[in-house]
Amino acid sequence: MTRKLLTGNGAAAWGARLAATDYIPAFPITPQTEIIETISVWIDQGEMDARMITMESEHSMITAAASAAASGIRVFSATSSQGLLYGMEMIYTVSGWRAPFVLVNVSRGLASPITLEPDHNDIMSARDSGFLQIHCATCQEVLDSTLMAFRLAEDARIRLPVIVNLDGFYLSFTREPVELPEYEDAQKFVGAYDPENIRFRASSPVSQAVAVLGGAPYSYFRYETHLAAQNGLVVYDELQKEFANQFGREYPAIEAYQCDDADIVFVMLGSFATKAQAAVDQLRNAGKKVGLLRPRLLRPFPAEMFQNLLADKAGVAVIDQNISMGMGGVLHSELAAALYGHPHAPPRLLSFIGGLGGRDISLEEFFEIADVTQQAVNTKQTPPPRLMYTEQELREMRKLQAVASVERNELNNSGGAKNG
Amino acid sequence: MAEQTVSIYRSMKDLPSTHLLGTGTPMCSGCGGLEALNQLYDIIGNKSVFVNAAGCMTLLSVYPFTPFRGSWLYTAMASAPAGAQGVRDALDILIQKQRMSADEDMQVVVLTGDGAAYGMGLSATSGAMERNLDFLYICYDNEGYGNTGQQFSAATPHGAKTATSKGPRGYPGFKKDLFAIWAAHNPAYVATVEGAEPVDLARKIEKAMTMKGPRLLIALSPCPPGWDYDPKETVNVGKLAVKTGVWPLKEYIDGRVVHTKIPRERKPVEEYLKLQGRYKHLFEPQRNEKLINEIQDKVDRYWDSIDL
Repeated sequence: MTRKLLTGNGAAAWGARLAATDYIPAFPITPQTEIIETISVWIDQGEMDARMITMESEHSMITAAASAAASGIRVFSATSSQGLLYGMEMIYTVSGWRAPFVLVNVSRGLASPITLEPDHNDIMSARDSGFLQIHCATCQEVLDSTLMAFRLAEDARIRLPVIVNLDGFYLSFTREPVELPEYEDAQKFVGAYDPENIRFRASSPVSQAVAVLGGAPYSYFRYETHLAAQNGLVVYDELQKEFANQFGREYPAIEAYQCDDADIVFVMLGSFATKAQAAVDQLRNAGKKVGLLRPRLLRPFPAEMFQNLLADKAGVAVIDQNISMGMGGVLHSELAAALYGHPHAPPRLLSFIGGLGGRDISLEEFFEIADVTQQAVNTKQTPPPRLMYTEQELREMRKLQAVASVERNELNNSGGAKNG
Repeated sequence: MAEQTVSIYRSMKDLPSTHLLGTGTPMCSGCGGLEALNQLYDIIGNKSVFVNAAGCMTLLSVYPFTPFRGSWLYTAMASAPAGAQGVRDALDILIQKQRMSADEDMQVVVLTGDGAAYGMGLSATSGAMERNLDFLYICYDNEGYGNTGQQFSAATPHGAKTATSKGPRGYPGFKKDLFAIWAAHNPAYVATVEGAEPVDLARKIEKAMTMKGPRLLIALSPCPPGWDYDPKETVNVGKLAVKTGVWPLKEYIDGRVVHTKIPRERKPVEEYLKLQGRYKHLFEPQRNEKLINEIQDKVDRYWDSIDL
């Protein structure tokens, strides 16, 4: 085992390498590109026995990845944001092929307006696709989750593609010390890929991904996919324990921090949850019993685990780094669905939207979230979802608007004459 | 290899007498696409994976039936060539890493209609050619979005009536020259074929099968419901497309375009048009001489421009 300073992207690339991936269809997009650049250098230098192919779009990239997986080899790919959406037809399509492969998504906010910085609307759009999802908060977790993702995808009880998600910039470009498993140890954990009957061979012709006529066969195959995805809960738990035994690092489906005796619990996904974790320490110092839950597994959704971890808590604040227009935070809705009617469900479940397009969530804001949640507990009134934005930010925004307006007037007054 | 080795297909009697493709498919009676596929499949054989894009022929393989003796993978409308890339690369990797014997290898064949080939899937096809993918591409071109009821596509010819060009002048656009677009990528092989010209078709697929790299065929596919004619006329319509010069049979090989069956005395296009309801408005209620001449002129100009 060696220790190395790696970015989140570097860790994802190492995951693909240590899993002995055969094939990497690629297409560049910020902030993911470093992953495919890293792999490309390894292949060129003979350090990784794999083939990489640059496709002409993410739509083609996902198609090639799944087609290769359907032919019986181990496949890895990576994308981000607009790229994930460009490939979305195939994201939904190929999960039904039941051909396992691993896709890393480096989360980045969606247009419009176009941005490079992170939030989770990209990955949420793949929520109902049939891909399983593992969300990471550290570079070590990115590497380890990539290894686990291959096991999860290839398990005979599942056979579905898996997305490993990490946040753009905050994780993709942040260097952290990462323990690199030895190749042999990683191989021991991941194992060789057995495609079983999902493959193409001349001597055993098969038709894959064929059409069906009518709702009954269609429903059958869709239900099968759903049930396979649900098997992910048991399988993930088995293999994360196996991983912990072998490598000494634990990754339960939900990471609980200071939760046991907490009255109020934050729920957050991804690397921004590390900000919440720091805030929990400060809140604890200030005498407030606050904890944090960070789901790693979003699909399948660990509903029962949430029910148990949140049983009899006074209040829960879900901080969503995404926004479903006209509804609010996606994780909040999911959690509400999981908790509603449960005998020990926390009486107050609050929704906060923050961190869109990389917008910071400050310590003061976490204090405010804890306060608002405490008030809701005290008054037994749940406030409407809160879109987090500070007065200072609004002031800065007004300045930008003023500049835009001045520039437009300038153009209107002189631009026409200048351009003749 | 400008000089082709001698073909085993010299006349009709050299063609396979039994067909490999199963019967009882849900294609329409008189389907010109199926007519071409039947003949192509005999020569491609069952050591093949057909990678399909959304279109009429997606309905060939409906669970749990398939007429193919080899393998099949349905992808989506735009990305069948990318699917072929994944399959081809995977088979190569398996052979190279000795996880599969070379006997298990297959010909990877993209099968799409003109909607995918001329439009939505063109970028994926261009990419596959750029990457010099070793694959066959069969486009059954029935000159419109046939599976959805024959709306015009980029393959629809000038003047044809479609579900979305029902006016007196028919489709105002012109059929895209996909042969030229494909050939501009300098792939190993591009050819046009027609199901009603079996010897020419057999020779071309035979030739394509001996090559590596991108090999692409466009089969003009007369379509009884889409072109509005009696299914029994499919062969006739196909033959007339060639004899009038509307559908030039040609191939692109080693940087050169060769016409493989030249209609020395071309029949007037009118004979081809008159058979099809989609051109009825050119003749009834009164003859649209201008539009008929326009179509004839375009065909004449094409053949005049060819150095035969």
